[in-house]
Amino acid sequence: MTSFLQNTFNGLVSGAFYALLALGLAVIFGMLRVVNFAHGAFYMLGAFGAYVLLNEAGVPFWAALVVVPVGLALLGMALERAFIHRLTRLDPLYNFLLTFGLTLILQDLVKLRYGVQSSPYETPSALSGSVDFGIFDFPTYRVFILGFAVAVCLGVWWALTRTRVGMVVRASTERPELTRAFGVNVGRWVTPVFGFGIGLAGLAGVLAAPMRAVNPLMGADLIIVVFAVVVIGGLGSIFGSVAAGFGIGLVQAWGEAYLSDYPIVSQTIVFIVMAVVLLWRPAGLFGREEAPA
Amino acid sequence: MGMRRTVGVAAASAAAMMVVAGCGGGGPQSGGDEKLTGGKIVLGVLNDQSGAYSELSGKNSVKAVEMAIADFKAKYGDKAVTTDITVETADHQNKPDVANSKAQEMFDRQGVDLILDVPTSSAALRVADVAKEKKKLYFNIGAATTELTGKSCNKYTFHYAYDTYMLANGTGKVTTQQVGKNWYILYPNYAFGQDMEKSFSEAITAAGGTVVGKDGAPFPNTSGDFSTFLLKAPTLNPKPQVLGTMQAGAELVNVVKQYNEFKLRDKGVGLAVGLMFITDIHSLTPAALAGTTYTDAWYWNFDQQNREFADRFQGETGTRPSFAHAANYSAATQYLEAVQAAGTDDADTIVKELEGKEVNDVFLRNGKIRAEDHRVVHDAYLAQVKPQSEVSEPWDYVKILETIPAAEAFRAPSPDCKL
Repeated sequence: MTSFLQNTFNGLVSGAFYALLALGLAVIFGMLRVVNFAHGAFYMLGAFGAYVLLNEAGVPFWAALVVVPVGLALLGMALERAFIHRLTRLDPLYNFLLTFGLTLILQDLVKLRYGVQSSPYETPSALSGSVDFGIFDFPTYRVFILGFAVAVCLGVWWALTRTRVGMVVRASTERPELTRAFGVNVGRWVTPVFGFGIGLAGLAGVLAAPMRAVNPLMGADLIIVVFAVVVIGGLGSIFGSVAAGFGIGLVQAWGEAYLSDYPIVSQTIVFIVMAVVLLWRPAGLFGREEAPA
Repeated sequence: MGMRRTVGVAAASAAAMMVVAGCGGGGPQSGGDEKLTGGKIVLGVLNDQSGAYSELSGKNSVKAVEMAIADFKAKYGDKAVTTDITVETADHQNKPDVANSKAQEMFDRQGVDLILDVPTSSAALRVADVAKEKKKLYFNIGAATTELTGKSCNKYTFHYAYDTYMLANGTGKVTTQQVGKNWYILYPNYAFGQDMEKSFSEAITAAGGTVVGKDGAPFPNTSGDFSTFLLKAPTLNPKPQVLGTMQAGAELVNVVKQYNEFKLRDKGVGLAVGLMFITDIHSLTPAALAGTTYTDAWYWNFDQQNREFADRFQGETGTRPSFAHAANYSAATQYLEAVQAAGTDDADTIVKELEGKEVNDVFLRNGKIRAEDHRVVHDAYLAQVKPQSEVSEPWDYVKILETIPAAEAFRAPSPDCKL
């Protein structure tokens, strides 16, 4: 029972990263119809941002948690204006290729400056202990990540459902033509929403720095799972991406714990789940079939 | 870039010589009466210059080989068999197919006499096939698989620095005797990890220990999370005293970070690492690894001789050498010495010159080039990462607990190997 709870907790912590990344992908896809392949690279930049700030300017983790996502959001907005924006009228494949190219460039730039070896980043001292839950204890930092990620997801959900900006975003996500017909200027929200999605990826990166290897390729493997998460949750579905993020984290952790005699299964379980979901509900768990235009 | 110019000058002078020979009417049947093919020696360094292994070897291995050439010229001066020695280099990106075609290009078109390094076992084995087919020499340094001196051994391939048996025999045996008998092994579930797990389990059992649990983690581990396995370790019965991790590179970093997060050392589970380079310790910091034991093929701060080499290397590259760098230097040196002694770069003659030779140099201590399987045996070292408080200068990360004598460090020649 203890080990089940521990594994569940760990699954939720992994899921927190998937949820933050998938949430960013979902809002970007919803608003721009862009599958942002560079999301993993921005996650990596988030972790490197924290590392560089600490080592070259002495900026601690807590400040990095704010500065890095904001900085990356601004970078994302600049890139959207300069490149992505120009291709949104074309086939989505063009932006897919553009963001893939962007990923390679960002990875190589970091590689050029910092090499391929992982860079060290320590857990902030306030969070380096462990929390006693009675029957088991758990690293404080992991508890913090889980709480923080849940708070961010709830905050985004609140903003989308309870604020005017959120309503415009949701409306333009679901029925862009109709929203325009009501006189809402959809275009002016595109760039900030893209920046916001990138900021979330950067935030996940900062959170990852103390517990994961910080190197130029850290986002490359992760992003494949995050795409699977987005597809399972339903492309463009905000709630779906978060729910699927935590769900896949759990499935992976349980798979590793209880299917360890079948490594092939535990290794591919995310994609098995994805295949089953797609057969059962082709639009994903919480997605809706696209209405014919 | 001076290198490129050297190659250009060499090519030009070679062409000039051909013309002169032609005018003399002697008929320039190239190679026939020449002691060296093309009148010169070309060393080829084929390794990872952009990916995961580019820091522990990569371009700095090319520098190490250039140092060996400079030292050789300085030692023999006018008596050197030739002073026309150049280096060709290529990035194999850790891909077997790329390694294969680059190796062919080196031998066929760039006139390379010897290929050096080649990390990544799958790529290393493909290059061994090329060496066999072209009847050209190949010293593998960067790869770990014992297959190079087993099923896939051949007359022209030598395995120079280390292998999975050396790692398992050192770390597995000594840790079992000194730290604890009960092990939990965590390995990446692919060829290298499975080989390592097998070698370690054998070494541990032979030393009187028990593997109480082992798990193959997904590879690549897309979630980056190893906590399921780390949490499982202290709950096993009997409780393991040692967690043996066979992960490498960034995955090793993840395992160690999370091992520390879950405070397994405080729970009585020590850490042993299958394969670690000094560059890994540098990126994790010694504080994160303090007390960890592993087997090292060479350590820069072991004695005065190593230190002098490390100082020169740092002057050239700005960093301390890994064992792969030192081994590349040594391998290039021993090849040049063999050519000097034989007076030719003919591969079959050099093989005869090298087989059974006993060598001592900066990398090889009590070294011997075994004739039976072309394994180069030498002293290996059981190393332990120092606590931060004992680190007295940058890169001074480990202390050597024990020297494993050359005769015990490597396995006996395998019956699978037929040269």
